[in-house]
Order: sequence, then C-alpha cells, then structure tokens
Amino acid sequence: MNFDYAFAWSILPDLLQGLLVTLQVVVLGFLMAVIVGLVLAIAQRSKRPWLHRLSSGYLSFFRHTPLMVQLYVLFFAFPLIGITVPAISTGVIGLGLYYGAYIAEAYRGAIESVPAGQWEAARALDFDTATTWRRIILPQALKPMLPVLGNYLIGMFKETPLLAVITIPELFQAAKQIAGMTYRYNEPYTVMALMFLAISLPTSLFFKFLERRSHA
Amino acid sequence: MPDLAHSPPGAPPQILLKQVVKRFGKTQVIDHLDLSIPQGQKVALIGPSGSGKSTVLRLIKGLESYQQGSIEVAGSPVPGLRSGWRWPWSKKPPVVHRVGMVFQQFNLFPHLTVQENITEAPLRVLKLTQEEAEERAYEYLGLVGLVHKAAAYPGQLSGGQQQRVAIARALAMRPQVMLFDEVTSALDPELVGEVLAVIRSIAHAQRTTLLLVTHEMNFAEEIADRVLFMEAGKILADGSAQEILVDPDNERTRRFLNRVERR
Repeated sequence: MNFDYAFAWSILPDLLQGLLVTLQVVVLGFLMAVIVGLVLAIAQRSKRPWLHRLSSGYLSFFRHTPLMVQLYVLFFAFPLIGITVPAISTGVIGLGLYYGAYIAEAYRGAIESVPAGQWEAARALDFDTATTWRRIILPQALKPMLPVLGNYLIGMFKETPLLAVITIPELFQAAKQIAGMTYRYNEPYTVMALMFLAISLPTSLFFKFLERRSHA
Repeated sequence: MPDLAHSPPGAPPQILLKQVVKRFGKTQVIDHLDLSIPQGQKVALIGPSGSGKSTVLRLIKGLESYQQGSIEVAGSPVPGLRSGWRWPWSKKPPVVHRVGMVFQQFNLFPHLTVQENITEAPLRVLKLTQEEAEERAYEYLGLVGLVHKAAAYPGQLSGGQQQRVAIARALAMRPQVMLFDEVTSALDPELVGEVLAVIRSIAHAQRTTLLLVTHEMNFAEEIADRVLFMEAGKILADGSAQEILVDPDNERTRRFLNRVERR
C-alpha cells in the first residue's frame, strides 16, 4: 500500500467541493435545529394541552426513529404525495428536524435552570413576554448551553455521510465516487478523514474556549 | 387620624381590594379580604408566616391569580396572573406601570450590570432614550448610595447592596405604589440597617404609597402610618402603629407580638 501524494493533490479540488457542500448543509441544518429546538422548548412550557401534546409527539417521533429512516421518508416517500424538495434542502430539513428534537431538551433544561425569581422580577417591572424572553431569560439560559450546542454541532457534522443515501454530493459521497472511478481507496479516504478532523477538532476547541471564558 | 394624612377628602383609594379570595389548590390563603389604602399612606403588614401577607403584595402586583373579588390600583383593575400561556412574541403588556415591587431574594438580573439592571425597564417598558434612562439610574443610585457600583455585576455586591440596587431599580419606574416583601429577611443582620435606611428615606421623602411586609417591628412602628395584623388570610387588626404594636387590644395580635419580641 503506497500513498501517492501527486494523486492526493489532484483529487483535492473534488473533495473540497464535497466538503463545501457538507459545511453548507451542516451550518444551515444547525441553524434550523437551533430554531426548531427553541420553538419546541417554548411549546413544551405551554399550558395549552394541544400545543404541549403536539410538541411531545414531535419529540417522541424524531427521537425514536433513526435519522436515516427520516431522511428516506423525506426524500423518497414525500414526493409520492406531491412534495418534492431538492436533495440538499432535504438534507438541511432532515438534520434540522432531527437535531431540533434533541436541542429542545437542552433548551428545556437551560430555561428551567433560570430561577423563578427572574420571571417575577421581569413581571414586577412590567416587561412584556417577548422582552422577558429576549432580554432576561434566554441570555441566562443560553450561556450554559454553549458547550451542549457545540457537541450537537460536531455530532451533526460527523453524521453527514448519511446524507450520501439521499444523493447529496457531500464529502463522503465525493470520496466514494473518486474511489469508485479510480479504484484507489487509500488517498481519497485518508484525505477525507483528515478533512473531517480538520473541521471538527478546531470547532471542538473553539467551544471549549467559549465555555472556559463563560465560566471566568 | 394618621391614615388619612396624605389623602384629600373624597379621593378614591390608591389600592382597593374587595372580598378577595385566593386559593392554592384546596388551601384558601386569602379569605374574603377587604383592604383600602389611600394615596401616600405607609402601611406595614405583620403577622405569622403563612398568614398570607406576601400573597397580598403579590396579588396587588398581579403576580398571582385569584378566584373571587376584585383588586384595583389607582382605579384600574388588576386582572391577576393569567393561568393561560402566551406566545413569547406576544406584545401585550401585563399591567400598567404603577406598582413597584422589591423581593426578599433581590432577584437582580445577574447577566446585567447594576446600571443596566436599573435602565432596562425604563428603556424597554417606558421607552425612554438611553440618556434619559441613564440619568434616572444615576439619580436613584445616588438615592441608595451606590453610584460607584454602576458598572459592577450583582454577583460582586453584598446582599445589602444588591437589595439597595433592587430598590433603585423599582423606583426608576417612578411607581405610585411600592411593595416591599420581607426585603431584609435574607440579609445578614449587620446589612439590615443600610436597607432600612433607604426605605426610611423613601418613606419620608416621597409621596409614594408604601406597603411593606416585615418582621422588623421597631421599624414598622417607626415609619408606618398604619399597621395591619394578618392571620389565616384575614386582617384581624387594623390601626395606627400605636394601636396595633404598642397597645394591642386584640388577643391574637398581643400573643403574636409577645412571641416575636421574645426572640
């Protein structure tokens, strides 16, 4: 087994192209998950039974079925009932909905950890509900959530090879294609692994840094 | 009659509770309570723990729901906390800005500086400009003697200082009514004095109506125009500080005061 640096160099543009797609899906999917999670967490605090049940049903479904199954349903079953979405958007939506269900739980814990006195103080000062959430509750809830969100972001990034099953030309798919066409496995897969590492390791360190700073 | 000292004859009461009933589950904590307080009166609310003193304050501020009766502040009804739930982006303000409240546990916003704690509500609720709000913050920080702590975070202050900031924060909304809910109970004994001094200066200098729940009987006697003794969700005695604290004719009040003084 030998490693051909010239060959590795020559496939770099194709792999970078794949990496770019991966990053795009992860960043957009993560943003969506953060928003979906927040809406779910707020709905979970609701005293309206239907809203509470709806969000509980959502959480239960998305946490108890595999991500790959959800992606298949989104990509292959939904077009049969007339809903067709491009592969990349499907990937973003799939990751966003799935991780949103997990991030909701993190939000819930963080929101509950804000003492009741903070709500009362805000109410005593006649803040409206929107201002109370935005200026008082969420800033306090989000700080301890940062490391958790970081873990989910990296977890999501590492799950992206799954997106190959719905034909998204992300990094894993790109590496597999090169391997399939050239019958050389060493270079594309090694470079792919290094690329995953090159993104997730600094991201992880960055979140560790944020965490340490917020404890200071 | 000291309880009429600040109120022109015929003026409507600032705070008016009629036949208010409040239950937590099956426990009735406020039992058909009637209470009328004219503007500018300084009222101390005393009684054993669990008698419903704090609940009365919380009802007036709109922090609690109630099952029967009516509550009015300055002629407008206080609807009581909705048991329902609103979307977090709903814009409806809960109550009008007439009542300020200070809590036992200070409840300062730990992620904001002292100055921001005070300016936040004038900025967001009263829609003052940054300059106006800061001016107010310094005015009231001056009143509580903490101008030099404007840039500090609550966590860097002593309990007494935090409570003084909380008082300044409530005053910065220029409320007509100030509610003090056992504001010295969470403080170390040596820090109680500085907080009482601030309340004393408010009581003397401002036309604000003042309602305080306290266990500091000497302090109540000193600043209150009127003292209410509560037990089991009812007002059992209502009169001047002299009548209630010095020379109580109510048997229950006498027994309560004996017990407090023996501590």
